[in-house]
Amino acid sequence: MNNNNIPPLQLSGLEPLIVSTESNFINVGERTNVTGSKKFLRLIKEEKFEEALEVALEQVQGGAQIIDVNMDEGMIDGKEAMINFLNLIASEPDIARVPIMVDSSKWEIIEAGLKCVQGKGVVNSISLKDGEELFIERAKIVRRLGAAVIVMAFDEDGQADNYERRIEICKRSYNILVDKVNFPPQDIIFDPNIFPVATGMEEHRNNALDFFNATEWIRKNLPGASVSGGVSNVSFSFRGNNAVREAMHSAFLYHAIQRGMNMGIVNPSLLGVYDDIDKELLEKVEDVLLNRRADATERLLDFAENFVGEKKLKVVDLSWREQPVNARLSHALVKGITEYIIEDTEECRQNFKRPIEVIEGPLMDGMNIVGDLFGSGKMFLPQVVKSARVMKKAVAYLLPFIEEDKQEGDKPNGRIVMATVKGDVHDIGKNIVGVVLGCNNYDVIDLGVMVPAEKIIQTAIDEKADAIGLSGLITPSLDEMVTVAKEMERADIDIPLLIGGATTSRVHTAVKIEQFYTKNQTVHILDASRSVTAVESLLGNKRDIFVSNIKEEYKKLREHHQNKSAKKVYLPLVEARKNKFPIEWKQEDIQTPNKLGVQHFEDYSLEEISKYIDWTPFFQAWELAGRFPKILEDEVVGESATKLYKEAQELLRKIIDEKWLTAKGVYGLFPANSINDDDIEIYTDESRTEVLYVQRSIRSQLKKSKKAHNIALADFIAPKESGIKDYIGGFVVTSGIGIDEHIKRFKDDHDDYNAIMIQALADRLAEAFAELLHAKVRKEFWGYSPEEEFDNEDLIKEKYKGIRPAPGYPACPDHTEKPGLFEILDATKHTTVKLTEHMAMYPTAAVAGWYFGHPEAKYFGVGKIAKDQVESLAERKGKRFEEMERWLSSNLGY
Amino acid sequence: MTKRNIRDIIKEKTLVLDGAMGTMIQQYDLEESDFRRNWFEDAKKPLKGNNDLLSLTRPEIIKEIHASYFEAGADICETNTFSGTTIAQADYDLEEAVYDINFHSAKLAKEVADEFTQKEPNKPRYVAGAIGPTNRTCSISPDVNNPAFRAITFDELVEAYSLQVKALIEGGVDILLVETIFDTLNAKAALYAIDVIQEELNTDLPIMVSGTITDASGRTLTGQTTEAFLISISHLPVLSVGLNCALGARELRQYLKIMDEKAPFYVSAHPNAGLPNEFGEYDETPEIMGEQIEEFLKEGLVNIIGGCCGTTPEHIKVIADLAEKHKVRKLNQSI
Repeated sequence: MNNNNIPPLQLSGLEPLIVSTESNFINVGERTNVTGSKKFLRLIKEEKFEEALEVALEQVQGGAQIIDVNMDEGMIDGKEAMINFLNLIASEPDIARVPIMVDSSKWEIIEAGLKCVQGKGVVNSISLKDGEELFIERAKIVRRLGAAVIVMAFDEDGQADNYERRIEICKRSYNILVDKVNFPPQDIIFDPNIFPVATGMEEHRNNALDFFNATEWIRKNLPGASVSGGVSNVSFSFRGNNAVREAMHSAFLYHAIQRGMNMGIVNPSLLGVYDDIDKELLEKVEDVLLNRRADATERLLDFAENFVGEKKLKVVDLSWREQPVNARLSHALVKGITEYIIEDTEECRQNFKRPIEVIEGPLMDGMNIVGDLFGSGKMFLPQVVKSARVMKKAVAYLLPFIEEDKQEGDKPNGRIVMATVKGDVHDIGKNIVGVVLGCNNYDVIDLGVMVPAEKIIQTAIDEKADAIGLSGLITPSLDEMVTVAKEMERADIDIPLLIGGATTSRVHTAVKIEQFYTKNQTVHILDASRSVTAVESLLGNKRDIFVSNIKEEYKKLREHHQNKSAKKVYLPLVEARKNKFPIEWKQEDIQTPNKLGVQHFEDYSLEEISKYIDWTPFFQAWELAGRFPKILEDEVVGESATKLYKEAQELLRKIIDEKWLTAKGVYGLFPANSINDDDIEIYTDESRTEVLYVQRSIRSQLKKSKKAHNIALADFIAPKESGIKDYIGGFVVTSGIGIDEHIKRFKDDHDDYNAIMIQALADRLAEAFAELLHAKVRKEFWGYSPEEEFDNEDLIKEKYKGIRPAPGYPACPDHTEKPGLFEILDATKHTTVKLTEHMAMYPTAAVAGWYFGHPEAKYFGVGKIAKDQVESLAERKGKRFEEMERWLSSNLGY
Repeated sequence: MTKRNIRDIIKEKTLVLDGAMGTMIQQYDLEESDFRRNWFEDAKKPLKGNNDLLSLTRPEIIKEIHASYFEAGADICETNTFSGTTIAQADYDLEEAVYDINFHSAKLAKEVADEFTQKEPNKPRYVAGAIGPTNRTCSISPDVNNPAFRAITFDELVEAYSLQVKALIEGGVDILLVETIFDTLNAKAALYAIDVIQEELNTDLPIMVSGTITDASGRTLTGQTTEAFLISISHLPVLSVGLNCALGARELRQYLKIMDEKAPFYVSAHPNAGLPNEFGEYDETPEIMGEQIEEFLKEGLVNIIGGCCGTTPEHIKVIADLAEKHKVRKLNQSI
């Protein structure tokens, strides 16, 4: 054999099948062939596909390494039956693990069949019967569809019925396939025609022998090619006498394999072991096959009478049937066996008081095993789907009993709205959950995929759902689930929220979703098998315990996550500096302040300041949520907000008219440059020779995405080495001077309402003063933005150029920068505002901050920082490391 | 411009494929309007997240991403066409846009590749037309009650893939890459379409095939083992076969080894940046991923190496540097 450079024939179902020279003969199962099996034909005709699948499974369990599927019967739609059956096989992993042989005399059925097979199967068959052109065309399609092919020894003149014709046709076919179609030679399998022997006709006497000889020739002369055949044909004349047929098959194979036949269509459950054949029978069979005697046929026919009616036992491992019923149910669920599920369920039902307990007990136990196996990779999806079907069967059987059993006071099972969230189209998992819940008598309303939050919620409301189930596979779905949770909160509905899908997790549900939906409990469902227990617990009478357990568990997860998330990745300070906010420094972008130095206001007009009040935080201070002025019309809080606003206006009027409070402010504008990346040198005058103060800014160190930068405030000031003249400003304002006596007065009157009100108003006035002063700085004092025309709303939205970050706030969280700011402004003298030892300002209605004027300056949060920066800051500021750590305690990322 | 045939180059060096597109796009914080600009202003359904559209609506972003991968050392970049089939786009009612998506994605990737090839003629850059799995499976029923049902047929897949393949070829891709195969039957439909269209257009572009082992079972979503998958797609003389997505480099190794041992083709891998954390993010650093990739290279498991979900130009830079250091995997002669 000259096969050395040709790889072996390789086929596949879910698993590989390699037909190498070393491998044993490949059994092709023949029972799923309507032309060969009456039982199978009947099942297909009656559309009993499930039982038909059992036939296939039996073959595979019985040792078939490929299964031949044939639907050629006049009374059935062969194409549809082929598609249907192959699709069903695809969902039966225990069958689908072997390659499929698509068998038909009709080309359209073959083509349709191949298009249902993900593995590399075999076409049975093509031949030169209808000419070379069609042969080539079909071979090309077979190759494109990724299958091997059986080539019948058949040409334009008919079927090869002797040795010479067999080798002639096979040789011609081989050459066409290899040379003209470029068909891989190892994917060619010849069927040199197995014809019946012992027919009584003289010309059939050599049928087996010619096959053996042709097989030997093909294997020697057509490199790579395999030889196969439909073995049962040989015993055609002994139909009804299985014992003899089996002996004939075994003997035929024994000889054919010796000559090189490496594959064959046989019924593995109808195949004996050659050595076990009755010796006398064997001799008579071989006389026929090898044409050893003229009277061979007669002798075999006579002898065969002895064996009529004998049957062999099937070889299927049924030992699991001997286990207790619960174990049998688990076995059936895990293996996806529907055959005995009804009788086992019935047996189990008799052991329990109530039929529902069969579901809650043994069946769910079984599904939990399935869930665990799936989770640990020992089962895969098609098997799980099969398990779900077994479950469904069992439940369907129990349903009438459950109905009957329904007792007074029984809560009807719930209604659940399920959806794959907006932006996601994956629904396999959701469908499984739907089925499992449906099995458990829940009314499932499945909204499908890409469902927006509004639709989910509206449906839940309209249908009076008892729970909502969300599913999603892709990452963005996680955010969408948070949105749905928030919307549910807003819609004020009070039903449990179930979260499921491949990327979801307990941790995500606990950390990101649960807190946004407070009306009811959010629960993560690990997989379909857990959905029923969870829903039952949530809707049943053990709800309180279940919910409190979940809450406790999620709380722990959150805490754990909190601790863990501190372990985010931080860039070393040196690296973070390299990723600073990039500004292309140009002198023309920088406006020299109209007047440098410190200016102050002794008694600023409260009237003017009050125009700049941002009212939204005022309502927040009163714990009324909503934006001003919309909040005044809010359905829930609108009325109280309106009342509060009215009274605030009245008090504000008094404060202004009767000068209850005094507003003082100071600001300074100074030449400045950044040095050593993170520090800002502030100079006494434009000569930039004398340093007034060095502001130490803090740089964000969190490892950011590619486009984000590790910003520090110093990035917004031109570096000294650029030679560009830059500037910085600072300010302190208060509107709280004189507030104490008024608070005291209200309190003495037991008027806490107005005591709080005046504080809240003073705070707003201080903020408004800061806003006003900032606007004046931009337009007049510094003057870098003289043209700006913003209304109050624009200012609130920070539409202006430049920023005014306050020490102790996100962009510069270091409170110990305040004394320096106060010092260069002489702020306490100008405004009476003092710093406490904890760096708090007094009066509290005060705001302090820096001015940065560069058009690209923006607000940002430093976030957590690493130890190296704390060390660096301590060193730069001349403080002890421990002290620095204390001041920055809420910013430590380690 | 003539550049060397990739079939020759692959004999001499380990080729580097680019990294994730989605992860990079995320960093641009795009809005719904970005996905509509100039092309789909009137689309009825929300389009945000339909990343393939950006090749049309924000081509400069896609070009920038391609460039960043080439800059990092990638030899091959994948077109932004993972969902560029009428089947995947049907979810957005944008079947009509499929030809444009593929043609323009190919064209703009080609432009970037050519710029780099011009700059560095010694390191020619190639464009692989990315052909995704679609969002339907030809081997699994979405209806548990009716396992024989199919939401999509082979013929429908062939039709959809044919359009995509034609547009990619006409847009100028150098390679066709069938990737993230979780259902081999879908992939077979893609290969079928490629074979037919290549014959029709009289082209002979090399084909890369890359499957996805979904989980610890070591199988594709539709249940095939790695070797069964390999056998099922070996009927065309593809340039390479490999694995991508679902797993990180560490988990992928054992399955790559099977490819290395059994495949008669060149072998590719583009793993994720580790396994997703609880938030669905892939956060393996370039360094950690690099360590495992270096093992692949030392062992000589792969000829083409790149990244899938969560990988960035930083990852590809590390991978590209490693790829240069190690010996090239030789084609399996014995098979």
